[in-house]
Amino acid sequence: MEERGWLESLVNGLVQPLYDAVPWIVHLVPLLWILVLVAVSVLILIWAERKVSADIQSRVGPLHHGPIGVFQSVWDALKLLTKEDTIPRQADRLVFCIAPFIAFVPAVLVYVVIPFGKGWIAADLNVGLWYLLSVGSLGVVGVIVAGWASNNKWSLLGGMRAAAQLITYEIPMFLSVVVVIMMAGTLSMDDIVRNQAGGRWSLAPPETPFAGWYCFTIPGLIASVLYLVAALAEVNRQPFDLPEAESELVSGFNTEYSGMRFAIFFLAEFSNTALVAGIAATIFFGGWSSPIVSEGEGIWQIFGDGIVWYFVKITALIYGMMWVKWTLPRVRIDQMLQVAWKGLIPLALINVAIAVAHVAWVGP
Amino acid sequence: MQGHAEPVHHEEMLINMGPQHPSTHGVLRLLLRLRGEVIESARFVIGYLHRCHEQLTEQNGWIRAMPLPDRLDYLSPITSEWAMALAAERLAQVEVPERAEWLRVLSSELYRIASHLVFVGTFAMDVGATTMFLYTFRERELLLDIFEKLSGQRMTCHYIRVGGVGWDLPSGLDAEIRRVLKTVESRLPEYDDVFTNNRVARARIEGVGTMSAERCRAFGASGPVARASGVDFDLRRDAPYGVYDKLDFDVVTGERGDCLDRLTCRTMEIRESIKLCRQALDGLPEGDIRTKLPARFKTPEGVAYGAVEGGRGECGYFAIGDGGEAPYRLKIRSGCFSNLHLIEKALAGWKLADVVAILGSIDIVLGDVDR
Repeated sequence: MEERGWLESLVNGLVQPLYDAVPWIVHLVPLLWILVLVAVSVLILIWAERKVSADIQSRVGPLHHGPIGVFQSVWDALKLLTKEDTIPRQADRLVFCIAPFIAFVPAVLVYVVIPFGKGWIAADLNVGLWYLLSVGSLGVVGVIVAGWASNNKWSLLGGMRAAAQLITYEIPMFLSVVVVIMMAGTLSMDDIVRNQAGGRWSLAPPETPFAGWYCFTIPGLIASVLYLVAALAEVNRQPFDLPEAESELVSGFNTEYSGMRFAIFFLAEFSNTALVAGIAATIFFGGWSSPIVSEGEGIWQIFGDGIVWYFVKITALIYGMMWVKWTLPRVRIDQMLQVAWKGLIPLALINVAIAVAHVAWVGP
Repeated sequence: MQGHAEPVHHEEMLINMGPQHPSTHGVLRLLLRLRGEVIESARFVIGYLHRCHEQLTEQNGWIRAMPLPDRLDYLSPITSEWAMALAAERLAQVEVPERAEWLRVLSSELYRIASHLVFVGTFAMDVGATTMFLYTFRERELLLDIFEKLSGQRMTCHYIRVGGVGWDLPSGLDAEIRRVLKTVESRLPEYDDVFTNNRVARARIEGVGTMSAERCRAFGASGPVARASGVDFDLRRDAPYGVYDKLDFDVVTGERGDCLDRLTCRTMEIRESIKLCRQALDGLPEGDIRTKLPARFKTPEGVAYGAVEGGRGECGYFAIGDGGEAPYRLKIRSGCFSNLHLIEKALAGWKLADVVAILGSIDIVLGDVDR
């Protein structure tokens, strides 16, 4: 009781007057949540990447900063903050300086339309999925100009590879997303999740809560696999990490970057990793909808629909991506393009046709 | 060797790879002429790690220069030591005790396994499979532990001496070596699962960087690189030294001479070396481990050539003696140096990503190339 009184007085005394004075401040709350979420999740992801890779490679990984090394990424960030920010003398200074932010800002902006839980969405745009794809693909510009502005041949090669790769893999990615748009009949991310949570037009018995997930339809299943393969390429992860290809291009587009600018590229990469996993979870695997019970009673409440399921799903997907990264070698540039143009894109086009048949036959 | 003078044509990019590049296996410098991602032509520049090994030996004398060969091919030091000891022994006609000969076979084959494990790991890492590198180094660690117990050093062992070996096998090491060999043998199929039979890896290494047997012969290539191209030549069988003529082993050869062949050739050689190590442990006779040399060991006038099958090809020491404690002239023939010359022709026409694969498959150690 005491605490509620204290909270009430805080709201009445501070928050309410602030809201009265500048009403638009309420829009900053979800933005703040997104920024905190991105920063925290990237720190956790970097630590997880180290631990998962260590586990796969029969090592132990970071151990000393905090319990089982959880603060390793904090120290990494501090180290990068204190490092000298070098800019090559021959570089295009302005472009060189803003390139990391061109890569980073879209990676954060797209979180605006991701529904984390029931009602946990910063802006439920009616063109949500379209916004997400178009803003999300802006990040590649940052990578390309970073490669060009560094005035380093290795960076240039990395930037050119990024251009070829990211533009190529956007096509199967979009085509697999189109399937979901057709089945859902909406571009709003929140509605897409609600459609799946309802389990309306599934082939499975309707009482199973997860029956409505799009990955349990034939076109949806194909599309989800295509999406995940294309997503690996979109976020430059092995086997498609050609733009940075350490053993070939030294460090690719970010060769000349150091200190915080490098950290921002790193941040963008991991933010994108969490993002593509989040998109896949949202549009194919039911987002925040629970696979056990929709609305539980008593103890079952914690297994009901909610934000927890979103994070469970992206954790599983990200673990899968890390697993792939630390197992497979890197493909060559021509093989990478071949996989897309001769494999993924025709398959995605056929899949769109299958989706048309599915929508006509089973109904949206 | 410097490629700056030639004009760069339109649409071509001259790119300098190394000496500071993560995948040139040390301080090799490659000048690549690129059209897009395709290599038009390649040249290599070496000499960044030249340490006057020949001159150092000529100045210091046989005995004091004996730790130097370790620093040539530092991933397979025992074989270089053996080549130098062999040259000195042939020049001075020193008899080596039977037990020492068997210990030499044992130690050099153990280190050959370690050396080939490094190759498998670094080659996989060049192609992008980082995990494989950690797997092979996990096994190599066991072998290095053996060498720490045998000679006190993990890498620069200084184990083989003129007239024998430095130390006898410590008690209990016999059982440990057998245990480690078993472990390494049991993990070889794992490498195939993770890397060699992986479809992405196959696409990267199968048919890439082919070299014909004729070209290998023309360039004087030897070791696993030449054998993978079908050159059936192994000094252990064709010019036996030590007690190799008493041992039973196969010489592994490939057919196409691509990166995959060079990889499988080495993994097969690991199996052969395991076989040889077991035979050496079984047949190890009792006796002395070193011939007593005079306090001032001198080599008479004359010439001698001691060559052994190193981890990366024929490792030979050609010495001219003048009656002193040091050779009048010493010439080191290194396998890596000859093998490296294949690269210029092998790279043309392949993509930038293949450069590291082909270079990695030749497996050079710059310490051995530059000497």
